[in-house]
Amino acid sequence: MRLAAIPPLAIGLATVGLALGVVETLLLLGLLNQFVIPLPSAVLGSFGRLFAEEQLLERLMMTGSEALAASVLVSVAGISLGVLLYKVRILALATEPWVAAVAAAPVVLAYPLFLVIFGRSAATIIAMGFVAGLAPVILKTLEGLKGVRKSLINVGLSYNLTPAQQFWKIEFPAAIPTIFVGVRLGLVFALINLIGVEFLINFGGLGQLINDLAERYDLAGVFATIVFVILVSVVIFAVLERMERWLRPGR
Amino acid sequence: MPAAAAKLRLAETVKEADLVIDGVTMRFETREGAVTAVDDMSFSVERGEFVSIIGPSGCGKSTVFNILGGLVRGYEGKVNVGGDLISGPHPSIGMVFQEESTFPWRTVLDNVAFPLEVKGVRKAERHEKARHFIDMVGLNGFEQRYPAELSGGMRQRVAIARTLVFEPKILLMDEPFAALDEQTRLLLGDKVLKIQEELKQTTLLITHNITEAVQLSDRVIIMTFRPGKVKRIVDIRLPRPRTGDVVGSEAFGRHVAEIWNDLREEASRGMAESEAGARRRKA
Repeated sequence: MRLAAIPPLAIGLATVGLALGVVETLLLLGLLNQFVIPLPSAVLGSFGRLFAEEQLLERLMMTGSEALAASVLVSVAGISLGVLLYKVRILALATEPWVAAVAAAPVVLAYPLFLVIFGRSAATIIAMGFVAGLAPVILKTLEGLKGVRKSLINVGLSYNLTPAQQFWKIEFPAAIPTIFVGVRLGLVFALINLIGVEFLINFGGLGQLINDLAERYDLAGVFATIVFVILVSVVIFAVLERMERWLRPGR
Repeated sequence: MPAAAAKLRLAETVKEADLVIDGVTMRFETREGAVTAVDDMSFSVERGEFVSIIGPSGCGKSTVFNILGGLVRGYEGKVNVGGDLISGPHPSIGMVFQEESTFPWRTVLDNVAFPLEVKGVRKAERHEKARHFIDMVGLNGFEQRYPAELSGGMRQRVAIARTLVFEPKILLMDEPFAALDEQTRLLLGDKVLKIQEELKQTTLLITHNITEAVQLSDRVIIMTFRPGKVKRIVDIRLPRPRTGDVVGSEAFGRHVAEIWNDLREEASRGMAESEAGARRRKA
């Protein structure tokens, strides 16, 4: 069978399986240190224990819903603010460099401030994720709208569209690919910060579990939980991709 | 026909003309001072007539296009469409742009139906009408495709169909085939001739391509290099209905040579000026 005829998913899974097999062999041969890297088989074996004893499913749901809340907030607020900056030019001129500065700042270090405001709760975690992910969405929304081809804008003008039609029928759909680049970036930032803060304040879902397991030196458990963190991001990105294709067909 | 005679003709034909341009002048402020892009241009396009404006790069052709389309203001003179003085985009004028202007997120059918959609025409009705014009530009079978799946020439035909669906009095095209290769351009010229024959569509084409202008037009307006003025208006005496075969005829060659004779001087001035500009920038 030609390699191209195999579904990409099967090749992807086979590659991961092969890599894990190699790591397992190297660990068993003593070429890698089992005190630093757990056996992949032990990681797989710990799933049952984590579900039964560490409420992995509940924690997954908790982190998942925090991520969902932060994602919705980041997208809605980021896109709206981006549109506002696009419409009010003076505002964009005044604030764009500051927004870009925030995008590059290690916002996670401000977590004590959020703890004071929101307490040791899911609200702090969501707020942290939100603040961390907001800037790229604003910047990319602004960039997408500013970059709409002049010829498309002229088509709208030539048909005497109302400003609302011009925006919703032409400018916004034309900007969607760039806006989604921002949303993807924003959600990556939000998710990293979300798990990070769960870990730091030892509260909530998967981040807290990773903290607990690390303190107990349960390496297999730590790695198994990280697999579930990856799962959350995979689900979010799959949904996002579907949404983009639905909102903006035709490439 | 010299410019003075053109003005005389303008006065005679105003009554049956769809489009009358009267003494249009446009100046731009630049860092080097005021530049006159278009200087006292006057001409008219009669009902059902196909007129081309040809001139060297930088002669103000696109400025004329934008003025007629109502996309720029601040010019002197008057533009009359079917008796209306225009002061912005006019529903009687349909524009086809030089650059890619189809909406990538809409299918061919929805692209063509767009002008009707924004005017609130019912879906069934607008799709039926759009299908008619898609058929006319020879894209039947591609209704559900997206622009990314089409060639450049096909996308420009989508843009033409989208403009025609609105049934404008005047079709205004700005070098719509400039990005295409010569053979595709000649073939699309055939298509435009057929559409013109069928709709008796009043058309004004902006172009820098002499063969295209001669192949399609009843009259060709030659512009001078900066400031853009009407240098001469050439009547194209080629029989209609025309097909692409006309390109091989002796009369076609004569018209091309005649226009090139007038245009050569303007094109040389344009080239000399842009080279001098480049030298100045280097210094």
